[in-house]
Amino acid sequence: MPRAFTPKVITANALLEGDVIYLTAQDTWTRDLSEAALLTDEADAQLRLLDAAKQVDLVVGVYLADAVAGENGPEPTHFREEFRRTGPSNYFHGKQELSPSSV
Amino acid sequence: MYQYNDFDAAFLAERNRQFRGQVNRRISGALTEDEFKPLRLMNGLYLQLHAYMLRVAIPYGTLSSAQMDKLALLAEKWDKGYGHFTTRQNIQYNWPKLADVPDMLDALAEVNLHAIQTSGNTIRNVTADHFAGAAADELVDPRPIAELIRQWSTDHPEFQFMGRKFKIAVSGAENDRAVLKAHDLAVRMVKNDAGEIGYQVLVGGGLGRTPMIGKVLSDFVSKEDLLPYIEATVSVWNQIGRRDNKYKARIKTTVHEHGIDDIRARVEERFALVKKTFGGYDQVLLKEIEEHFAAPAFRNAPTTEFDSAYDANPAFRSWADTNLSDHRAPGYAIVTISIKKHGDTPGDATADQMRVMADLARQYGHDELRISHEQNVILPHVHKSDLPAIYAALRDADLHTANIGLVSDIIACPGMDYCALATARSIPVAQQIATRFDELKLEHDIGHLQIKISGCINACGHHHVGHIGILGLDRAGVENYQITLGGDATFDAAIGQRAGPGFAYDEIVPAIERLVLGYLELRTDASETFLAAYKRLGMAPFKAYLYPEAQANAA
Ligand code: SF4
Repeated sequence: MPRAFTPKVITANALLEGDVIYLTAQDTWTRDLSEAALLTDEADAQLRLLDAAKQVDLVVGVYLADAVAGENGPEPTHFREEFRRTGPSNYFHGKQELSPSSV
Repeated sequence: MYQYNDFDAAFLAERNRQFRGQVNRRISGALTEDEFKPLRLMNGLYLQLHAYMLRVAIPYGTLSSAQMDKLALLAEKWDKGYGHFTTRQNIQYNWPKLADVPDMLDALAEVNLHAIQTSGNTIRNVTADHFAGAAADELVDPRPIAELIRQWSTDHPEFQFMGRKFKIAVSGAENDRAVLKAHDLAVRMVKNDAGEIGYQVLVGGGLGRTPMIGKVLSDFVSKEDLLPYIEATVSVWNQIGRRDNKYKARIKTTVHEHGIDDIRARVEERFALVKKTFGGYDQVLLKEIEEHFAAPAFRNAPTTEFDSAYDANPAFRSWADTNLSDHRAPGYAIVTISIKKHGDTPGDATADQMRVMADLARQYGHDELRISHEQNVILPHVHKSDLPAIYAALRDADLHTANIGLVSDIIACPGMDYCALATARSIPVAQQIATRFDELKLEHDIGHLQIKISGCINACGHHHVGHIGILGLDRAGVENYQITLGGDATFDAAIGQRAGPGFAYDEIVPAIERLVLGYLELRTDASETFLAAYKRLGMAPFKAYLYPEAQANAA
């Protein structure tokens, strides 16, 4: 039996800055995971992934990442995505230095 | 030090001009990422977890002060004020913006530095003994031959699209400080019975998923034959190496599958063809290169300042005992500057620290610096009478940590904090181990102990050859750390043995503490190092300290 689809967000790196971005419900890109669209339908997720990946002059390496609904929008389920949305743990660099809300 | 001639400068300028055009076309959307990726990788530009990463080669680990100053400038102007020195004698910038990279490369070119072939399936930055040209135990300075290999391998048309990357290391000393046996190919300068200098060539070493110790391909290759011999070796592998499976594509697998004798026979056969095409020009070039590496004019002076500071100042004495190595010139010493202050990120230096080190090299060190694969910075030629002044300047810049070769002198790869391939973090584990042993104040009592940490099976942190190796893995979505014991990075190279089940992130530091404190109980006396005790006793007693519950259950 195929595995049940778990909720996902669409994420990538921005072409110019290289930093982590997420696709919103309005099909725009945000730097903040909590503003990302949490996709619960597999077909919808796959279609939007294809569209997102076409934006070659904006984004690099688009993929679906597991996420769950939290109090303030989607939250990561895996520690890799936790680091991507926060920044490294040895310096206060990356997203954490820009937007305290995403920490 | 090697200075670029007009050809080198023009080659690099043209290459940088091309890359600037490629970046512009990527930004305009004219190139897709699939088209651009191989081009940026050929120029050392990666895309990591949070940002782009630019990897700049420091050929055979040698830098002038002007070059170090330029590395500082890049850190300050286009990055976040620091750089990360790696186990391959490269420096990595973790936060460049795509549009700035061409300017960064042009700035590097002003001081003969580049990022070419720091990625991709090519011959990578040639690494060397970081004490080259200075060590008391050295037969010959291996850097001229390393520079020759750099020039030969740069843009070599036959070796731009190989099955996998190819790493070469060189050393001219008796003790191996370049982890020769963990390289695809290693060159070790030796003297034969007739008293001639030549090269022992090793092949098929490598860490990663399937760690292998390099084997002797030839015990003596003469000076004139070396470059064609290396070309023949890479060529044989490029032909018969596996391209069906990237995990079996490195030459270590080719050597393992065909056997060293078969590889040797193929290399000899290929060499006979290749040798004819060389025509001796490489030797003319080598002669020229050798002149660039003439030893500095060492001075003959008393060392009284050193001796009195050594007697009077215990902090200086401790630093001198730990961070100095024997120089071949009388009255001189090799200084290793630790960029591993307890609790800091191994291998990171701020722009200010880089400038301090550059100034020290300019003022006291014949303008030379080295970067070690152990992620420290070296002043290779220092007269002992200047050491008290150097120590004072290092202290002001927080660069005076006396821990070289000790438990807190940890190699750690970037791991999950930066690296897109990582399965777990390495940096915070290193930071916490160093901090813990600093608190215990046992470091100098423990003595020589190498801990090496990788954040995934690729083993950039050399964990296989650490006396204690730590490998970070992702076990069902949680960080988990596997310990190996008994690895050895010297010419007696050995791959560490797995101790048992892994440890969770919050268990790994206490486990290392139990293990090291256990060693203090097990050793015969302070002269028996951790590795020596492990070799004498084997795994069992160390395991008992790592897994006390298992021990209790079995009892
Ligand atoms: S060992 Fe793995 S995690 Fe560490 S730098 Fe290499 S690829 Fe990245």
